[in-house]
Amino acid sequence: MEYEAVIGLEVHVQLKTQSKMFCGCATAFGAEPNTLVCPVCLGYPGVLPVMNEEAVRKTILSGLMLGCEIARFSKWDRKNYFYPDMPKNYQISQYDLPLCIGGAVAIPGKKLGITRIHLEEDVAKSFHYETTSGVDFNRAGTPLMEIVSEPDMRTTEEAFAYLTALKEVLIGGGVSDCDMEKGQLRCDANVSVRPVGQKAFGEKIEIKNMNSISGVRRALAYEIQRQIAAAKRGEKMVQETRRWDDEAGVTSVMRTKEHAHDYRYFPEPDLMPVVVSEAWLAEIRSAVPELPEAKRKRFVEQYGLPEYDAEVLVADAAVAAYYEQAAAGSKNPKAISNWVMTELLGKFADNKIAPLQLAELVAAIDGGQISGKMAKDVFAEMFATGKGATVIIKEKGLVQVSDAGALEVLAEQAIAANPKSVADYRAGNASAINFLKGQVMKLSKGKANPQLVGEILARKLQA
Amino acid sequence: MSLHTLTVCQLRDKIRTGEVSSREATQSLLNRIASVDGKVKAYNWLNADNALAQADAAKKGGVLAGVPVAIKDVINVDGQPCTCASKILQGYVAPYDATVIRKLREAGAILVGRTNMDEFAMGSSTENSSWGTTCNPWDLTRIPGGSSGGSAAAVAADEAFAALGSDTGGSIRQPAALCGCVGLKPTYGRVSRYGLVAFASSLDQIGSFTKDVRDAALLLSVISGHDPMDSTSVPRPVPDYVAALERGVKGLRIGLPKEYFIPGMDREVEAAVRAAIAKLVSLGAEVVEISLPHTDYAVAVYYLIATAEASANLARFDGVRYGARVKGEDVIDTYGKTRGSGFGPEVKRRIILGTYALSAGYYDAYYLRAQKVRTLIRQDFEKAFAKCDVIVTPTTPEVAFKAGEKSGDPLKMYLSDIFTISVNLAGNCGVSIPCGFAHKLPIGLQIIGKAFDEETVLRTAYAYEQATAWHKERPVL
Repeated sequence: MEYEAVIGLEVHVQLKTQSKMFCGCATAFGAEPNTLVCPVCLGYPGVLPVMNEEAVRKTILSGLMLGCEIARFSKWDRKNYFYPDMPKNYQISQYDLPLCIGGAVAIPGKKLGITRIHLEEDVAKSFHYETTSGVDFNRAGTPLMEIVSEPDMRTTEEAFAYLTALKEVLIGGGVSDCDMEKGQLRCDANVSVRPVGQKAFGEKIEIKNMNSISGVRRALAYEIQRQIAAAKRGEKMVQETRRWDDEAGVTSVMRTKEHAHDYRYFPEPDLMPVVVSEAWLAEIRSAVPELPEAKRKRFVEQYGLPEYDAEVLVADAAVAAYYEQAAAGSKNPKAISNWVMTELLGKFADNKIAPLQLAELVAAIDGGQISGKMAKDVFAEMFATGKGATVIIKEKGLVQVSDAGALEVLAEQAIAANPKSVADYRAGNASAINFLKGQVMKLSKGKANPQLVGEILARKLQA
Repeated sequence: MSLHTLTVCQLRDKIRTGEVSSREATQSLLNRIASVDGKVKAYNWLNADNALAQADAAKKGGVLAGVPVAIKDVINVDGQPCTCASKILQGYVAPYDATVIRKLREAGAILVGRTNMDEFAMGSSTENSSWGTTCNPWDLTRIPGGSSGGSAAAVAADEAFAALGSDTGGSIRQPAALCGCVGLKPTYGRVSRYGLVAFASSLDQIGSFTKDVRDAALLLSVISGHDPMDSTSVPRPVPDYVAALERGVKGLRIGLPKEYFIPGMDREVEAAVRAAIAKLVSLGAEVVEISLPHTDYAVAVYYLIATAEASANLARFDGVRYGARVKGEDVIDTYGKTRGSGFGPEVKRRIILGTYALSAGYYDAYYLRAQKVRTLIRQDFEKAFAKCDVIVTPTTPEVAFKAGEKSGDPLKMYLSDIFTISVNLAGNCGVSIPCGFAHKLPIGLQIIGKAFDEETVLRTAYAYEQATAWHKERPVL
């Protein structure tokens, strides 16, 4: 019997806000432990939460980007459980009235449904030593958005594509940096298997502790195989939560259904419900950026780029914006794309070249002023100094020699000095001309227009 | 005349004119505390040097410049202990000021000490304090009421010019009634809760204990107002409550809820309350009979909602970040041992009740149902206030009871708040003022107002107070 997997993902995303969800403490990664804290995020007696409106705005923006319905009335709830990383031993979250409902993430050829998006506060971080443990509360209270998918994924690849596309949207919208290494994006999965053709879902198994996208990929692949093997042996799955061990590459039981938490959710009495006015919603809607999928399509149509170029450029919103500014000032958008992709990507942060300066460089090449080889040197200098292409070309005296008379003289010299290559060429070895071409370039100190040199040599050798 | 017997307004005026200094007043108060608090036991913590230093540094010109105020041990004062009368907060020193404390400081008040209470404000007799019971200044064998028993007893015994307390189901009005002082519970949202250690967040409200109604109006003017740190505080302007006192009660419609004059009531208490109503009528008020039909459910609703919220609010006391910690084998064991030895029996009872009410499978039947009935109780008040301007009732069905009399029977104890609890559930404001004596013990008259209509409540109380002398009676200690 053939089996297929059914996968749903719960993704937690730390929002990029200046301050925490319910207090004024800064959100920053890597600060000294317990320095970004106050009585509120430490859960001291008597403190009260105050909602961070920017976090709500970013959640609504995410919902709009993902095609969710935005709740006009939503509320906060307390989720109760004891853990040392929970300052109040309850987490302020949203239970039955989340901010966003429905929506989807588009992957190539398919739309993967979203059930809901809600907002909550992050917990602290525990550290375990040999005999003791420590808690760093810097992270406690960071705005955390939870995106719950529908069980729409059937393969590990689809889950991977979902995460990649989701990340792209959220980064593009400036909602989060989604850096998994820094814990800005965390993912739990619900996995079950069923015989192909069967409608009903199998018993779902929740997998936790996958700390990288590749971890998610490996954990899902392992778990699907494990469940299919068990099904083939005739074993029945029971609902449980399993922990992914990245080093060992296996999942193991964390808790069974009988030990599932009763979170005793109830409405948070310290906060007012969130009422989203039409005016506020319209204002947020006006800030929704172009989605990556639409942008890629536009790049192909507007700039005549291959799909590959569009994908690479759009992957980083800053790079895409740079490209668009450069392309706007150029007659050769594909050449701009080549320069950006081969020379700028990876060191974009250190770039000193203004977009229009790059367009100027491409124009200099296309106009025959400098050769492609010269352009590389000019680019390097532009990158380091921020000077314009024309300025550098002038300073270095790099202007390409396209004067046919001068080149003819140099060609004569090369022919006279290299009779062997001339003989080879005439004997039918066409590539021998390249050596002669090189000699001319040398004589011109690299400034000769290579295309013109080729033409002159060919004409002279045939004579 | 000794300085400690003055009201806040009297003392403030004497300090303003330079007749007395804040240091003299504070010293007089400290002397009084030294001489009688061994009997009353109203204070949990006191620091004479600290109080005198504050008096010397007190801001001139503030509304309360130089006036010492006592604070219930549940409101955070930066640098002072805040134990909530619980062993679990033994050694905890507050690292910040509650908003009401900031406002008091800005008005020039001296924060003289911490008053005793039922542990985490759970109780009606102050017998649930981990630091010992406070005694009623009128009869030391009796309880002062609770949970703000320390604040009430301190004001009644002239051990405080005024005190702050908190009222979740009657914890200001009931002890004020039993000790014979003025206890004001403002409308939910009128006073910031920031810095008040939460018992039941949707019911808690900070208020005052004073020797007369004018002082209550003055204190409310100081502590009220919207606070960006408390999302449930309401952005409404703060009226001049003192100026509103003199308007009288001519034409005022007084609602008498038939459900509040019940068979089991102490006859002398009922007689005193009826006499007080007659007095108000003689001053020009009219009586209207009203009904609050869901009154019978109030105590049950209260003990579901308050305990549910408390079960979450008190979860933070786990020994991890502050307060007492009893080390166990592992973290779960540490939680168990810390909370097991840190909380007293009534607090544990309520945490368990609340946890149960919120549990899967019970939530709908208990918590959700209770919230629905709470809405009905609120609607009762809305309908009633269409017919009247204030509602007048006894504050409690009986006068102060003997220590130990009800501590073995939680239900009996819960019923002593039967007339005050509905007001918290509805969110309205209410005051208790002295209206006589029964068996030589004070009786309280409760005046309930519409939401944010403290002005009418206070002017009714003031009119009655001006026409009577009950508030001038003092216990002999």
